[in-house]
This record gives sequence, structure tokens and C-alpha cells, in this order.
Amino acid sequence: MSAGTSARIVAEGGKIGGRFAIDPGFLRRRRIVGFIMQGVLFAAAALSVLVTVGIVYVLLSESVSFFAEISIVDFFTDTQWTPVFENPRFGIITLISGTLMSSLIALLVAMPLGTILAIYLSEYANASLREIIKPFLELLAGVPTVAFGYFALLFATPLFQIFLPNLSTFNLLVPGIVMGIMILPYIVSVSEDAMRAVPATLREGAYALGFSKLQTALRVIIPGAFSGVTAAYILGMSRAVGETMVVAIAAGQQAKIAWNPLEGAATITAYIVQISLGDLPHGSLAYLTIFAAGLTLFVMTLVFNIVAFWLRRKYREVY
Amino acid sequence: MTAPLPLRGAEVALPKIDDRALIRYAKRSDGRFAVIGIAVLLISMVVLLSMIVDFMVDGLARIDYSFFVNFPSRRPEQAGILSAWVGSTLVMVTTALLAVPLGVAAGVYLEEYAGKNLLNNIIEINVMNLAGVPSIIYGLLALGLFVQTFRLGQTILVAGMTLALLILPIIIVATREAIRSIPLETREAAYGLGADKWQTIWMYLLPAARPGILTGAIVGMSRAIGETAPIITIGALTFIAFLPPPPVGLEFPFINFQWLNSPFTVMPIQMFNWISRPQAGFHINAAATGLILLVMTLLMNGIAIWLRYKIRAKS
Repeated sequence: MSAGTSARIVAEGGKIGGRFAIDPGFLRRRRIVGFIMQGVLFAAAALSVLVTVGIVYVLLSESVSFFAEISIVDFFTDTQWTPVFENPRFGIITLISGTLMSSLIALLVAMPLGTILAIYLSEYANASLREIIKPFLELLAGVPTVAFGYFALLFATPLFQIFLPNLSTFNLLVPGIVMGIMILPYIVSVSEDAMRAVPATLREGAYALGFSKLQTALRVIIPGAFSGVTAAYILGMSRAVGETMVVAIAAGQQAKIAWNPLEGAATITAYIVQISLGDLPHGSLAYLTIFAAGLTLFVMTLVFNIVAFWLRRKYREVY
Repeated sequence: MTAPLPLRGAEVALPKIDDRALIRYAKRSDGRFAVIGIAVLLISMVVLLSMIVDFMVDGLARIDYSFFVNFPSRRPEQAGILSAWVGSTLVMVTTALLAVPLGVAAGVYLEEYAGKNLLNNIIEINVMNLAGVPSIIYGLLALGLFVQTFRLGQTILVAGMTLALLILPIIIVATREAIRSIPLETREAAYGLGADKWQTIWMYLLPAARPGILTGAIVGMSRAIGETAPIITIGALTFIAFLPPPPVGLEFPFINFQWLNSPFTVMPIQMFNWISRPQAGFHINAAATGLILLVMTLLMNGIAIWLRYKIRAKS
């Protein structure tokens, strides 16, 4: 129908005899429809801004009520987090430490693996191998996080306990490693993107100087794609920090300063899940904590995302 | 006649470079790295594979007809995922009906209408940022806005809206890429035939972008179907032993939307609930649910990859 309808526009009002006289009413209707549609499309695009505004509004307004009762200094300096106890303490540092510890473990796994895979994809693999690797990474990225959580708690942790007898059932190490595999596809795709953006002339120049592929990758490609690869790590970190189900299932819910990755500790996200599962009355102080914790999480990921955004734009500008 | 000048450097003995050895070394190190690359690939493949095998070993035997038609129960052998899969299906329908039109419209606007000005710049950066917001934050948004402020309750509609917002950036980006890859000639031919901007979009660009948009929609839906955190945050009940009112009835007007306001559970929530129980029987149920989820998301992503492959083969 599409081609026919458009052709009719011209022929519709046209008179036989070589002159076209298009029905002005049709043109006016068409203009009105176009104008309305532009408005509708704009509204849809603007909605995305409203979502951000909504997020900031909800987090801020509930957090303001929270900080009216709890001083922000205590929030960041107290080392206990016991919001539902008789004597509630609100030291977000505990949750932040659990979050950062598990995310750093994830990053320690995903950084080397991701960089090697990205170099391999951009410099070594031929087209047919890429056709296997990229879909595989996409499949890996599509696995539901709750399935990774099950895997971490009931498969990986018992497996690790064979080698690490001290490992608790709930710990930060295994969820961290599993999250590392989870964010791997993401790190690979962003850093490979950056490596491919390095101009072919640089690569060819290195080959002409007698560099091997590995030397080219390590001394030309990685330095050339440095900001993009760094951005990939930071985005991976941001993902790990915001990841919920793996840590909620396998890292335990005990809020404490997470020094030891062999023991469990609650993360910000796991805490929000824990409180949401309970039935706390709306407006109570413990209920408000999830918004204060959520705001902390939002700010952390926002900072990571902004830094990564800036870094990625930098390499786009260079080349 | 003067004697010919001695060539400079002739007296300096050049260090002897054994270039064959260098080439050998380079080839060897390249070969080693290729092995390392393949090894890393295999490691990650083994992880995914062992996960699938683990779910099959734990849960495959549990999947039978009664598992799909039973409600959750206190006795693990009698528990099923009836309310969970019905809930998942209805939430997915709601999500798709909201997210696809909105995402496509926003993508078309950004690609076709948005000029270079501050407002459009803000929208563009905002969409990118939304893609990086953790899913649980969307849950808090829904809790604060839909549940507490608008008093919509913990319903299928609220879950659908929350997940729709979550996957909106995925669909927007897919739409933009699909439209961008349409050759300029299509556009010019449409204008040449006298079509105006909206006609060009509606009659030519959107049909041409359909496979790309479909790919994005499938990827978005596969993400939404496995999402757990935002739905837990809005406070969805985990023990639901009833079904929402059916959308089709025998009495006039035959179709109703009461199910939108019904409490619900979804498969990932049911699975999470079973994981958190101490009894091993429930863990088996969780593995069975996880296996179904895993197969569904792998299938959906597989279809999306295949579609993308077809698009590329065509162009």
C-alpha cells in the first residue's frame, strides 16, 4: 500500500492535460497531520526526560524526609547499618563497602578477560570467527541476572568451597566473579569499539616498522584506544555497582564493613531488595532508607557514566 | 681530482640484527596471544555452558505438565508456576504495548526531526544516561511515583509501565540505527514522488526499518522478561495462588482490562522466592523455572541475532 498511496497524492487532484492541480484541502490536511505527528513524536522523546526528572524527584524528595531526621554526617561516617533495630544506626559506608568490594572483584575478573577478548576480536579474529564470538557474547549478555544469582549461590560457591574451605555460603568473592562474567560482554563491546576506531593508518605504520600483531596491539592500539578502553572499564564498574540479583541472592544481607571477600556483606542493591520484600509501612524511617540508599547508588552510577561518556567522546574527537 | 669522500657511517659497525630471529619471535608471540584469546573465549563459553547444564541437571526432571498448571504451594513437589507464567505473559504484553510505540516514536523524532539545539541535545544525552541507570532505580521510581503518589497499587499495569520505561532506551537506539541505515535514495525517491516528511516516515522509512526495530524490541523484551529487581521494589507479592481476571469473556463486550489492575507474580520473582527458601525441594523448582527463563531469553536473543544477520545479508 505504501508506494501506491504516495503516488496517488500527485495523481489525485491532477488533471489530464499535463498540469497538476493538487487539491488544496488535501495539502492542508496533510500539513495538519504532519504538524500533529511531529508534536506526538516530540512528546515521546520528551517523555524520556520526564523519566529522569521523575527519578531525581522521587529519590530527592524521599531522601529529604530521611535527612530531616538523620544527619548527613552520621549517614556517611557511622560504621553500623541497623535501620530496623531498636536503636537504628544509618552508616551507609557499610553498604558502599560491600558494593565496591563485589564490584572491584567483578572488575578484576572482567578487565583482563575483556581486554584480551577485545584485542583478539579487533586484531586477530577473522570474519568467520567474529560471527561466532559476537553472537555468543550477546547471548551471554542476555542471560537473566536472577539465573546468574542461582548459579553463584548453588553452583559456583560450593565449587569454590572445595578449594577455599573458609568461604562462607554467602560471600562477596563468588558473586563478584560471576558479575565479572556478566559484565564481560559489555566491556568487550565498548573496548573493541574503541580499538576499531583507531585509524588503519596507525596499524599499517606499525606493521611497516616490523611490529608483530601483538606489539601493534600493545604499543599502538591500546595507547590509541586508551580513553575508550578506560571508559569500558568504568561502564563495567557502573554496571556491577548497580547489579542487584546476583548479590541479593549470593552475597548475604548482613550490613557490615566488607574487608573480607570470603564473608558475606550486603550491598546497596541487596539492601533495597531486602527491605522491599518486607512489609514496612510507607513513610517510616526504615522505608525512607531505601530511597536514601537508592540516591547514593544513583549518584555513584551517574558519576561513572558521566566520566565514561566524557572519555568516549574524547576518542571520538581524536579520530 | 680529490679522493672520493668516505661514506659517513662506513666506519661505524652496524649492530648485527638477526631479522629472521626477530620474525620468529614475533610469530611466536602472536601465536601465543592467539592461544590466550581462544582460551579466554573458551573459559567464558564454559561458564555459560556449565550454567545451562547446571540448570538442566537440577531442574529438567521437574518440568512436566503439572508444573505449568499448578499454583505455588508450601509443598515443593506440588508447586507450579501457573500464576508466574500467566503473570509474566500479561506483564510482557503490557510492556510491549507501551514501550514499542513510545520507543519508536522517540527514535523517529531524534533521528528525523531533532535539529541541533539545546533541548534536543538534552534529550539525546538523557536517553544515553537512562540506558546506564541501574534497573533497581526504576523500581524505586515506580514505587515512589506509580504506587505511592498515583496510588495505582502493585498491579500488572504498574509492572508493565516500569519495565517499559526500563527498556525504552534499547528500543530508541535500535529504531535510530535502523532508520540511519536506510539508504538516502529511499528518502529521495519518496520526496520525489511528492510525499511530505511524515508520509515519507510512515510509508517508507518505518516499513524499511521494521526488521531493525523488531530486533530491538525482541532484545528489549528478553531483558524485561528476566528483570527481577524493579518488580521486587514495587512490592509485588511473591505468593499468588490465583489468576488475574481473564482478558476475554463470554459476556459483552467480550474483552476487559480488569487484569491490568490485578496483583500478580512473574517467573523471575517466583524463582527468587524459591531460591530464598532453605528446603532443597524449592531449589529444584527454582532451577526448573530458571531453565525455562534461560531457554526463553536465549531463544529470543537467538532470534534477534538471526534477524540482524538477515538484515545485513540483505543490504
